[in-house]
Amino acid sequence: MKKSLRLLALVVALAAAGTWFITGSNRGWTKTSVERRTLDEVTGLEEITYEKKFAPGLDFLGGALLGAGALAGASLLFRNQPKQNQVQ
Amino acid sequence: MHTMKTNALTLLTLTALSVAASAAPLTFDFKDPKGVNNAVFKLDAPLEAITGSANGVSGTVTFDPADPAATKGKIVVTTSSLHVPNPMMKEHMHGEQWLDVAKNKEITFEAKSLSNVKTTGDNTTANVTGTLTIKGVAKEVTAPVKLSYLKDKLGMRVPNQKGDLLVIRASFAIKRSDFGINPKAPEDKVADTIDLTLSIAGAAPR
Repeated sequence: MKKSLRLLALVVALAAAGTWFITGSNRGWTKTSVERRTLDEVTGLEEITYEKKFAPGLDFLGGALLGAGALAGASLLFRNQPKQNQVQ
Repeated sequence: MHTMKTNALTLLTLTALSVAASAAPLTFDFKDPKGVNNAVFKLDAPLEAITGSANGVSGTVTFDPADPAATKGKIVVTTSSLHVPNPMMKEHMHGEQWLDVAKNKEITFEAKSLSNVKTTGDNTTANVTGTLTIKGVAKEVTAPVKLSYLKDKLGMRVPNQKGDLLVIRASFAIKRSDFGINPKAPEDKVADTIDLTLSIAGAAPR
């Protein structure tokens, strides 16, 4: 159990860090839409639209790392499995 | 002889009317069918920068190409169109403590006068003074503005439609505490100064 929790903590931490890094390392809050600007050639103004896209921020990364830490901490509540002596 | 006199009088009247019509102020409608019009807001606090925009822009502006200083009008921004990319932040911004969009459906700016007017070709720069109303609080503000008159350019945006365009750009800053927008919120997280940039185009069809 102890080993499983530590492994799960590692997987959660790596998955969160990987997702955060791959999606653009957003150092702000998590976004569910991203801005897109298009130039209107007649007026010279920029049209601002938002397209749906999940961009995890530092809150997402922090939350996931905190969760991973909690899992790793919970693993300390379990004792190491005693090594079974081989009887010859 | 009498017919000739009448014809000359009619011609003179028509000419006078057409001159008067071309010199008359034009009314530009800022309900842009292309949805390009926007207002961008930015709050730059030490711990957090918030940037968003609104595209629910409407209103009318009266502009006389021969006398840009006489420009007057009202621009309206629908508060529910204010958007930030973080959904929780957007919910808070629209909520009762902040903009309370359920009760305050519009942000308005009514231009009353222009000063320091400088016109070069079709471009005019000036300082516009008017009343800005946010969350039911009206304050007089003065902001630098640039007006670009695009004669006969409406057809390039709306096919088969003759008319002119007026592009307005303005940037200015306000204090959120002046307008009762959650004045107790800590300024290290949400700046008191809101930088506003208005980029809008209006149409005057003929």
